[in-house]
Amino acid sequence: MRGNNVVGIIFSNMHDDALREVTSIRTFGSVPFGGRYRTIDFPLSNMVNSGVNKVGVITKSNYQSLMDHLGSGKAWDLSRKREGLFILPPFGNGNSMYNNRIEALDGISNFLQNCQEEYVILADCDMICNLDFKKVLDAHLDNNADITVVYHHSEMPKALTEAVVLELNGQGKVTDLVAGINKDGKCDWGMGIYVMKKDFLQKVISEAIGRNRNNFVRDILQRGVLENKIYGYKFDGYVSAIDSVQSYFRANMDLMSMDVLKDLFNAMRPIYTKVRDEMPAKYGLGSVVKNSIIADGCVIEGEVENCVLFRGVRVGKGAKISNCIIMQDTVIGDNTALDYIISDKDVVFSDGKSLIGADSYPMYVTKGSVV
Amino acid sequence: MYPKQECIAMLLAGGQGSRLYALTKKIAKPAVPFGGKYRIIDYPLSNCVNSGIDTVGVLTQYQPLVLNDYLGNGQPWDLDTMYGGVHALPPYQGTHGADWYKGTANAIYQNIPFIERYNPDYVVILSGDHIYKMDYSEMLAYHKAHKAACTIAAYQVPMEEASRFGILNCNEDATIYEFDEKPKVPKSNNASMGIYVFSWDKLRKYLEMDEANPDSSNDFGKDVLPAMLNAGEKMVAWKFEGYWKDVGTIDSLWEANMDLLDPRDPLNMSDPSWRIYTRNPVMPPHFLGRNAVCQNSLITEGCVVNGELEFAILFEGVTVETGAKITDSIIMPGAKIMEGAVVQYAIVAEDAVIGPGAVVGERPEDVENKDDWGIAVIGGGIKVGANAVVKAKAMVEEDVPEVTK
Repeated sequence: MRGNNVVGIIFSNMHDDALREVTSIRTFGSVPFGGRYRTIDFPLSNMVNSGVNKVGVITKSNYQSLMDHLGSGKAWDLSRKREGLFILPPFGNGNSMYNNRIEALDGISNFLQNCQEEYVILADCDMICNLDFKKVLDAHLDNNADITVVYHHSEMPKALTEAVVLELNGQGKVTDLVAGINKDGKCDWGMGIYVMKKDFLQKVISEAIGRNRNNFVRDILQRGVLENKIYGYKFDGYVSAIDSVQSYFRANMDLMSMDVLKDLFNAMRPIYTKVRDEMPAKYGLGSVVKNSIIADGCVIEGEVENCVLFRGVRVGKGAKISNCIIMQDTVIGDNTALDYIISDKDVVFSDGKSLIGADSYPMYVTKGSVV
Repeated sequence: MYPKQECIAMLLAGGQGSRLYALTKKIAKPAVPFGGKYRIIDYPLSNCVNSGIDTVGVLTQYQPLVLNDYLGNGQPWDLDTMYGGVHALPPYQGTHGADWYKGTANAIYQNIPFIERYNPDYVVILSGDHIYKMDYSEMLAYHKAHKAACTIAAYQVPMEEASRFGILNCNEDATIYEFDEKPKVPKSNNASMGIYVFSWDKLRKYLEMDEANPDSSNDFGKDVLPAMLNAGEKMVAWKFEGYWKDVGTIDSLWEANMDLLDPRDPLNMSDPSWRIYTRNPVMPPHFLGRNAVCQNSLITEGCVVNGELEFAILFEGVTVETGAKITDSIIMPGAKIMEGAVVQYAIVAEDAVIGPGAVVGERPEDVENKDDWGIAVIGGGIKVGANAVVKAKAMVEEDVPEVTK
């Protein structure tokens, strides 16, 4: 299969600032999402489902939780004799800590050099989508492109850090690429997912490093529009870009639409994640649960509406929680009321407490706190 | 050359489980789904791993495809180890011909070479139709302390039910002096759980003797154990306390599932120190929609629920449409309960579809003659047409046509 000729590179720390509080103890890639996932599960599963069997994960800081999550890569079928999962921490070739995408890629030059694969996919962890890379690669080959940029035609996410807007001609060739602005209304915005030849990537990275150019969008993409063939690949499926706490909240709440659930968790291209061997969720007498996503291991005795509950969450008797994202193993005491709360892991809300955030500003409770 | 193992386990998983009828038409009994996301075999396998036994031979014979697939390399139970691990052991052909497993003892006899390569001191014999959490290492310690040839796990059943079980009559020092199979007048309530620890040298000797006896039915309970007792071997009973349920019948399978919904939760599967491991489905968390009503139920990944649930157990990927009502029932993986359907006191097997407005099963209070009442079972992949009615105790193995109103 063609996928075997592709190596995937995932940037796990890019966009950490978009979720500053949630990423203070973890990488962006290990931010819990959707009841049982971490954001990296999406690009990683997408690659694996497209036949890619070699993936390098670039890390920078706070990557203990990420390594714990990924383990040997077994859950993604990436624990293998040939190829598999490679975690690529900084200081890969003795240089200093990287500050941007170009330096990060330069830092894994040995890894890239040793890859036998002809093509490379670059992806971050901020796009929650189910994307078939085989189609992207096919388009890349058909167009004989140097770089293929995956884009989406919709209203642009407001706070993307590496925002690019594409102008394309009828053949899908990128004729102009505008960076750093946020257009109003629908436009063709880049999803930060790129396909190119590995040799090409190595060449442009070493050129950029040699000339002290350090902005991937400006020095590789925009320069490429003039010097190389950049094509767009239009992704038509559901995508949720996580660029702020608000959009993170929205993306979780989107899962309560059947259309989104079916698109994102397409049974033919499943999203894999680390398993926890929890028992099924248990609903007690008096539980009232509506419009919610509930993971295994939850024990629910209270009222839950419009919530995402991660694995092992307990909701006590008489508790009322609505519009919340409650991460793993958080305990909500009896008669506690929560509204618009994002609770990190292992939080304890003691009995009878009440905490309320707002639709436009969900309140975040840090890991392990006792309220 | 395999490193020596002190103790290995042999799991008898070849039985048909004919008393589960439609549920075991295409799969062996140990592969029958249980408890919302497990299969029966997960319990003995998890017990093995949690007890420190990492070599398990699984004796398969009847409909092994699903079971073999399910076991795979044993990774879900941490049994993908370098030397031990889980091994499916089907009957095989040798230079002296080929034989099916003639009985439980013969199944072990035919696999003496498998056991011998680990050179074990002890062998635990397990069966694949019980739901329980047991520390076999405690039983083994007891076996060693008593210097027994065989230790049998015993469960205290209510005296009035004792005549349904194989009863172990014991002296005060726990040594067994008599096996009493389904006694009319039981002398004690120590029921054999079908879980044995043998010293391997003894077991091997009696297996060979049993095989040489043309009159033997090659069964542990009927032949090997009585032969050992008659020969004066030391056999002791080890009393097990805790939850234990034989799930060999439709009623007991249903009851054991419903026991999980008991607020006291006698089995406690969420105990992190004694996890029950299983092959986890790759599915998103379940979704309860705006019209969902859900009480006293177990639901796992991949389910989408818009109907009403009470005392329901839903396995992975079950769909319950708006207006459907499920009470006191078990819905196995991938089944679909369509709009307005009612499922009560029933087991709906894998991938079955209950059409809109259909009614499956009956409540006991709605049945006049109590002998006519029982759990209704819809076999795997069966389609029950719209507005069709399936009576209590029915065993549906063919599609039920739609009924026009």
